[in-house]
Amino acid sequence: MNASGVFSWRRFKAVVAKEFVQMRRDRLTFAMLVVMPLMQLVLFGYAINSDPRHLPTAVLSADNSIFSRSVTAAMRNSEYFDILRVVTTRAEAEDLLRTGTAQFVLTIPEDFGTKILRGEKPVLLLEADATDPSATSNAVGAFKEAVRRALDRDLAGAFGNLASSDMAVDLRIHAEYNPEAITQYNIVPGLMGTILTLTLVMITALAITRETERGTMENLLSTPVSPLEVMIGKILPYILVGYIQMTLIMLATRFLFNVPMHGSLVLIYSLSVLFIAANLTIGVTFSTLARNQLQALQMSIFFFMPSMLLTGFMFPFRGMPAWAQVVGSILPLTHYLRLVRGILLKGDGLEQSLTHVWPMALIWLAAVVLGTIFFRRTLD
Amino acid sequence: MNAPQPVIDVRGLTKIFGDKTVVKGLDMRVNQGEIFGFLGPNGSGKTTFIRMLCGLLKPDAGSGTCLGFDIASQNDRIKPHIGYMTQRFSHYEDLTVRENLLFIGRIYGVPDLDRAVAACIERMSLGRYEHQLAGSLSGGWKQRLALSACTLHSPRLLLLDEPTAGVDPGARRDFWDEVHKLAATGVTALITTHYMDEAERCHRLAYIAYGDLLADGTAEELIAQAQLLTYAVSGPGLSPLGERLKELPGVDQVAVFGTNLHVSGRDGEALERSLAPFMAEPLTFRRIPTTLEEVFINLMQQGRKA
Ligand SMILES: Nc1ncnc2c1ncn2[C@@H]1O[C@H](COP(=O)(O)OP(=O)(O)OP(=O)(O)O)[C@@H](O)[C@H]1O
Ligand SMILES: [Mg+2]
Repeated sequence: MNASGVFSWRRFKAVVAKEFVQMRRDRLTFAMLVVMPLMQLVLFGYAINSDPRHLPTAVLSADNSIFSRSVTAAMRNSEYFDILRVVTTRAEAEDLLRTGTAQFVLTIPEDFGTKILRGEKPVLLLEADATDPSATSNAVGAFKEAVRRALDRDLAGAFGNLASSDMAVDLRIHAEYNPEAITQYNIVPGLMGTILTLTLVMITALAITRETERGTMENLLSTPVSPLEVMIGKILPYILVGYIQMTLIMLATRFLFNVPMHGSLVLIYSLSVLFIAANLTIGVTFSTLARNQLQALQMSIFFFMPSMLLTGFMFPFRGMPAWAQVVGSILPLTHYLRLVRGILLKGDGLEQSLTHVWPMALIWLAAVVLGTIFFRRTLD
Repeated sequence: MNAPQPVIDVRGLTKIFGDKTVVKGLDMRVNQGEIFGFLGPNGSGKTTFIRMLCGLLKPDAGSGTCLGFDIASQNDRIKPHIGYMTQRFSHYEDLTVRENLLFIGRIYGVPDLDRAVAACIERMSLGRYEHQLAGSLSGGWKQRLALSACTLHSPRLLLLDEPTAGVDPGARRDFWDEVHKLAATGVTALITTHYMDEAERCHRLAYIAYGDLLADGTAEELIAQAQLLTYAVSGPGLSPLGERLKELPGVDQVAVFGTNLHVSGRDGEALERSLAPFMAEPLTFRRIPTTLEEVFINLMQQGRKA
């Protein structure tokens, strides 16, 4: 009986078993945990539009004429595009698009300038990562307008004879990953993350304050149980709840909203555990700070707001000011949205997904550490 | 047991809440195998003191040891050997009696838990309620569950905060028999109570009022220290008589006990002088030995004046 210390497997199991029984007895809460996601899904399942600018753009250019320069300048001036870099190979460009480093790739063909002057209507290709159509649609519109103006001006000035009512180039726009630009494709997978965030943070935020309010904390603290055992022990049963919610949402996504699913379900299920655990731990951390259940609830809502607004769920991530992007990147939902959209819409594999997984792991770890530090070992 | 070992040995223990000093520099020494009664009026700091002993509250001043471990820095070593019964029911109301006991047993790593829990349920006659949710038990049965839970892991020190509040006399007797049995095996118990008969069943007593320790010793010592003179009065019209006696010099307290009125005072001569005019038919006056209750009420009045 002298097994004290930070973590004992035996005590941990005792806490888990207790939490499972309590969860099972609390039918109403359990039902709400199941019904709430479905209701939110239906309520939110509609588009929210927005107008982001300064989207990262890569240019694949094999031409150095005045026309290609004025096209890129016009794009930049439209404020919708930030030219990240100029690449020289097709592979490089595709890579930037796939990893999400660039939202657009503009391809300027060889002899672009010469062909325009000859009136051959060269093809100007803009490829967009349309996973999030609300992020790209306005930019695409602005692109057409910008190119037309720039070329008209150039042609009217130096080469007046070539100016015509007709477009001097053949503009082609490819929306990759979600060609029909259906907003629900983007919103619904995003909703999964949002709903999980709200319910999971809330459920554990209440968990420890409930012990304090009911007085059971006094007894618990007088036993050798350690903060880590209590925290992780409280989280474990709710991981299961998280998965139940996830399954419901995925089913609705597939059959209610007919969102196509490209990627591997196994992948999405296995990687989601980090997101679920991170949210639950954040909830527990809140409950170690809150004095009562009301405060815990307020904290969860306070956390939910930025999760809605700053993670790329409601407004495209890249459309946000820099500070908001910084805040967004420490919220697990930001990374989870990228992960889910990547897997469901782009068919990302494990390798591409890992870039979104480690930030979530980091956030989770930070929450565990903070929670353990803040856990009150006394009634003071 | 050879030379008595202190199980609780604290000095100058102090707790301040805001601007209120709730426990003021308390010294206490409790030896192994002792049943130590801790008494005092409501709000005098008993619960606060116990919480400091088991690490639930940090003392603002003072230091000491519990089971030989420092109460400030070695809480982890103390906790496994303490059985703390909280004043307010603090087990899970949404777990059954058995589930609560199993949980506690697992936390402490009780060996052969199933048998231990079964024995505990049997000993406390909880069998009938074994599968009932703790929240639906009556007050007394909740107390019994809490008691079972805090003895399940065979602790070396019991800290019991009003363990018998709301418990019927039969169960109270069972409880005290049990505590004495445990004490005989070397278990130490610190018990708070408001019942005088329970105070008399303790080996030693301490009385605390509004944060100050006012007395400490065996029941006989406390009674002797108090130096109270007590008269029992019987006859008709005791109630109005009591009211009149209260006003007189030398009379510190008057209380009705059934058909008797107990009148006591510290200053024996003044008391007898004040009572002399009333010592006539139909009233009868008898000098009786002072009881603990009078001693404590007297201490409480002193505490309030201080
Ligand atoms: N957490 C707290 N914050 C502020 N004041 C407190 C706190 N806990 C106790 N007190 C105050 O400390 C004083 C002593 O309380 P305590 O519970 O120790 O008394 P007690 O002797 O156990 O009383 P009772 O016999 O009624 O159980 C009371 O005045 C109470 O209001
Ligand atoms: Mg108390």
